[in-house]
Amino acid sequence: MAVPKRKTSRSNTRSRRANWKATPTTLTTCPSCGAAAQPHIACPSCGTYKGRHYAVAERTEHQA
Amino acid sequence: MPTPTKGPRVGGGPAHERLILANLATSLFEHDRITTTEAKAKRLRPLAERLITFAKRGDLHARRRVLTVVRDKGVVHRLFAEIAPDMAAREGGYTRVTKIGARKGDRAPMVVIELVREPLSAKKATVKEAEGATKRAVKEADAAEAVEATEATEATDATEAAEVTEPVEADAASSAQDADAKEVPAGAVVANEDGTSPDEAYTVKGNADSGKFHEPDGQWYDQTVAEFWFKSADDAEAAGFTKAGS
Repeated sequence: MAVPKRKTSRSNTRSRRANWKATPTTLTTCPSCGAAAQPHIACPSCGTYKGRHYAVAERTEHQA
Repeated sequence: MPTPTKGPRVGGGPAHERLILANLATSLFEHDRITTTEAKAKRLRPLAERLITFAKRGDLHARRRVLTVVRDKGVVHRLFAEIAPDMAAREGGYTRVTKIGARKGDRAPMVVIELVREPLSAKKATVKEAEGATKRAVKEADAAEAVEATEATEATDATEAAEVTEPVEADAASSAQDADAKEVPAGAVVANEDGTSPDEAYTVKGNADSGKFHEPDGQWYDQTVAEFWFKSADDAEAAGFTKAGS
């Protein structure tokens, strides 16, 4: 089985991992309650999406 | 080579996949609305819609075809007797998938998949009715104006005077409602304090913040809080508003 000949240096490891970047989540305001919500997803604070209500979408601050 | 099934694979093998999808379909027809993961909902949707198509056909052969997937006779009866009549006017699109965010634990994207059982486009029907009423009102107004035009010039002066006084009244109303109300464009009326139309003839919403107007069949019509109302889209365009979404 083919195996690496050399140990990967700390430098190489870190420069590879330096490109792992987090992106901010896109947020919109919920039209019915005004809280921040992700687009195309039912609002986690009031459970509303396009005028329809989904109780299972509601999250408390602890759950989020 | 046969075309692979669209969407992600579920379960540990073909038999397990069939079993999962059959159980999901059974639960959906039993409860009208189920919560599941997005991947499973995407596989369930075409199967469930096909079964509803069979149910709409309604004969014994169709019932036997459905029974090969949904094994519960009670659920199949509910599908044929209660769900299918509600879908009679609908041409496809029997289910609706709404995303509800990630599941705690494994961050799996969860959705609610439900049967669309409300009557077809009740909203669109009312919008059409309202549009018809507006058109009729405009026609009647035009006819009335034409009659007045044929009469003496005094009458035309009177209508002009009426037209002049109307914006003034609207201005007064706006200053009464809101101290820093913006100038009212031509052909518009200021909305009531709760954003509703002061006059039924004025059906087009104008948003002073964005400079856009919304017609009753527009995508954002319901969620828009109107500052001004226009009689028609042409009036709104003349006042410098642009159509929403353009």
